[in-house]
Amino acid sequence: MARKNQTLAQRLPILSHLRKSVGLQRGMLVTGLIITAIFLLTAALAPVIAPYGFAQHFDTQQPPSSAHLWGTTAGGYDVLSRVVWGTQTAVLVIVIAVVLSIFLGVALGLLSGYLGGWLDRVLVVIADAIYAFPTLLLAIVMSIAISHGRSDLWSGIFSAAISITVVFIPQYFRVIRAETIRLKAEPFVESAMVVGASSVRIMARHIYKNATRTLPLIFTLNASEAILTLAGLGFLGFGIEPTSAAEWGYDLNKALSDTTAGIWWTGVFPGAAIVLTVLGLTLVGESMNDLNDPRLRGRRRAGKSAPPAPIGPAGMGAVGTRGAGTSTVGISNTEDEVKV
Amino acid sequence: MSRHAAQLGKASSVSNASNVLDVRDGPVLSIEHLRVTFATDSGDVKAVDDVSLTVAAGEVVAIVGESGSGKTVTAKTILGLLPETAISSGAVLISGNNVITVTPAHLRQIRGQEVAMVFQEASTALNPVFTVGWQIAEGLRAHAPHGKRVSRKEARARAIEALSKVGIPDPQKRVDYYPHQFSGGQKQRVVIAAALALNPGLIVADEPTTALDVTVQAEILELLRDCRDIFGTSIVLITHNMGVVADLADRVVVMYQGDVVEEAEVATLFATPQQEYTKKLLAAVPRLGRNSASAGLTERAHQEAEVLVEAKDLVIEYPGRLGSPGFRAVDRVNFTISAGEVSGMVGESGSGKTTIGRAIAGLNRTTGGSLRVLGYEMLNFKERTFRPLRKDIGFVFQDPAASFNPQLTIGECVAEPIVIHEQRSPAEVDKRVAELLEAVQLPRAYAERYPHELSGGQRQRASLARALALNPKLLIADEPTSALDVSVQAKVLELFKEIQAEFGFAALFISHDLAVVDILSQWVGVLYKGQLVEQGIGSQVMGSPTHDYTKRLIASLPVPDPAEQAKRREAHQALLRG
Repeated sequence: MARKNQTLAQRLPILSHLRKSVGLQRGMLVTGLIITAIFLLTAALAPVIAPYGFAQHFDTQQPPSSAHLWGTTAGGYDVLSRVVWGTQTAVLVIVIAVVLSIFLGVALGLLSGYLGGWLDRVLVVIADAIYAFPTLLLAIVMSIAISHGRSDLWSGIFSAAISITVVFIPQYFRVIRAETIRLKAEPFVESAMVVGASSVRIMARHIYKNATRTLPLIFTLNASEAILTLAGLGFLGFGIEPTSAAEWGYDLNKALSDTTAGIWWTGVFPGAAIVLTVLGLTLVGESMNDLNDPRLRGRRRAGKSAPPAPIGPAGMGAVGTRGAGTSTVGISNTEDEVKV
Repeated sequence: MSRHAAQLGKASSVSNASNVLDVRDGPVLSIEHLRVTFATDSGDVKAVDDVSLTVAAGEVVAIVGESGSGKTVTAKTILGLLPETAISSGAVLISGNNVITVTPAHLRQIRGQEVAMVFQEASTALNPVFTVGWQIAEGLRAHAPHGKRVSRKEARARAIEALSKVGIPDPQKRVDYYPHQFSGGQKQRVVIAAALALNPGLIVADEPTTALDVTVQAEILELLRDCRDIFGTSIVLITHNMGVVADLADRVVVMYQGDVVEEAEVATLFATPQQEYTKKLLAAVPRLGRNSASAGLTERAHQEAEVLVEAKDLVIEYPGRLGSPGFRAVDRVNFTISAGEVSGMVGESGSGKTTIGRAIAGLNRTTGGSLRVLGYEMLNFKERTFRPLRKDIGFVFQDPAASFNPQLTIGECVAEPIVIHEQRSPAEVDKRVAELLEAVQLPRAYAERYPHELSGGQRQRASLARALALNPKLLIADEPTSALDVSVQAKVLELFKEIQAEFGFAALFISHDLAVVDILSQWVGVLYKGQLVEQGIGSQVMGSPTHDYTKRLIASLPVPDPAEQAKRREAHQALLRG
């Protein structure tokens, strides 16, 4: 039952969730993981999978054929290649946006929650103000401010990522701040204060690790939102130049006029790519959310086949299960006590 | 041993049931071969394993046991309140109906009408957005004969009747009050009123007085006794408190790890416990006057030594809301703690005892008077200037489960004060941690473990090791054992005593439990509503209290001895009348 007996793999967020899940929840998680894995693989292997480059020109508006499996667009691009290359852009934007916002959001959240006072009040007001803004409008403003609308690959990706970052920082900030305020009142933080630990030490060693428990969850949910924001920017014409990178939102925008002409392939495939990617990430995020909460987590009925390997009561799980759980924890405790 | 004990319990329950005078036909409740298993993340856990017991009409049966013994699960099974993850087998018969197998609709009929429940936390058992009258009448409405509605007038009348039954003053007016307008003890009375509303034959009371102060506990126990005497209600009393058992129960069922270990009449059980576990359990219960730290003392010890803590007219106020005055938690308190002296503070909830402890450790600000800790005036407290003194103060928190960072190993937690205050190599730190763990009787290997892998008692030992890491001059322990089971508490108290003798630090023990404070401390202060009403040598304060409140406090403490408790109860009532 000791935690050290569990390998690192068993404690990683998603894998540990997979082991805990049963039934429908497991089905949702596995579906989400498969879709996300396909998305990531496509991004990694885009040069191998894509038959052409994303900026290569062909005859315009050709229906699907053996040369162009998903047809070509009004601009003469190969739809399949654009969709495949588009995954790379999506992954890059997600990673940059989330990394930027996580660092800033977590740092600000910790400081604001732990120190409190005027700093906290100012930061909360700013975060609320950003929250009150429509996200897409804010992203557009940022995108114009950073790159004057449109640009090449990296500055395009960065402007998209930074504009998403601005929207996301308040989210991380709020979650971490709320957790920090809750943890600040926990006896173990007071217990650190009493032995004379400095504020920096308390924040770094005691609060940070406990407050970031929910981050994998926000990460996945935000990743799907980042894709939507990116596609929205592209669709409105504030995205990345088609010659610098493939971007699904831009392709959707150009496909708009095709729909009335009965040309379906230019819109369906990038649209489906957006929907599937967001669906996959959301499924993973939502199932993690449910599995993290002992009250939402499904369990197999007692008496049926035991899980493959007994897992020790994981920190949160054991604390969270009230009523039924406490008695079981109690039993294992008394056994411990006897052993000593 | 477990099977044997279960059979023994079964045999005696049969013989007892026939002895009891039956008012109605047969037992009110009869549990036969009950087994409950929970599905958890770590596999199936048997919470209750082959338990059989009966409750006759008008009888109070106490189920006692420590945490994890299955007593609460047994109680919940009686009302069919187990979560979905549990499966149960066997039979729980309430007037002929098997609760485990009846349909949900039938179960709803049984609940309230045949059997009602009184919960541990009255404040959470009542819904804050409805009046208490509405909540009492809810059961009446639920059990109205088919097709008939209980009129508002009738429901109100019956709620008032129920409230007056449980001794709520001015029930006509207070029936329209919301739960927050009642005190803790009154809330528990309301919960009991709701349970009594339909006149059920059986009340299941799960730790009904655990969340209450002793003086209030005595009143609630009195009320439950009246329920039995006046209405003939049978009571299943779930508790870990042997004093409560001695006060109220007719028959006692002792459970351990899901098994019934022993079952006997209350007098028999306390006088001649048969099983080893019961004997140990009874021996571990702290009793006032037994094992007192100040036995034989006539003068306050350690007075020639350096004074570590000195409070003069200490006032601590919590700020009120805008416009309203602050709350005075500590009101002009004077006391001293000298080096090497073990001092105790007792008081009920809201007496300010925890506030004082926290103020000494610099966790609360003082607002008036003077509090000098190791020569530092806490009135002008600045974390930066106080920090160097922190290495001389150890603090043991109430809840050992929450006072460790769940992400760090026990070793890291114990080492933290050393790492902060002393420049030592990692190897030296490890060595010191091992020494400390050995001092508190934990195996060295536990340094590698995480807090959740330790039991409550082990965690509290580790917490003591952490507090002692820098050899402090002063140790403050805030309710160090109140989250622990009695047998574990006894061991931890013993350890405290040994270590104090060995290290010789001064200590301030804060507790609501008079007996615990008496075991540990030579000098005892009694707090009441922020004021130190009495202080003196422990055995003298406990033995011959001078202040009215102390007298009441000591008189309302139930002792784990039925015969003596019956005498004390009468004396207590005389005190209240007089």
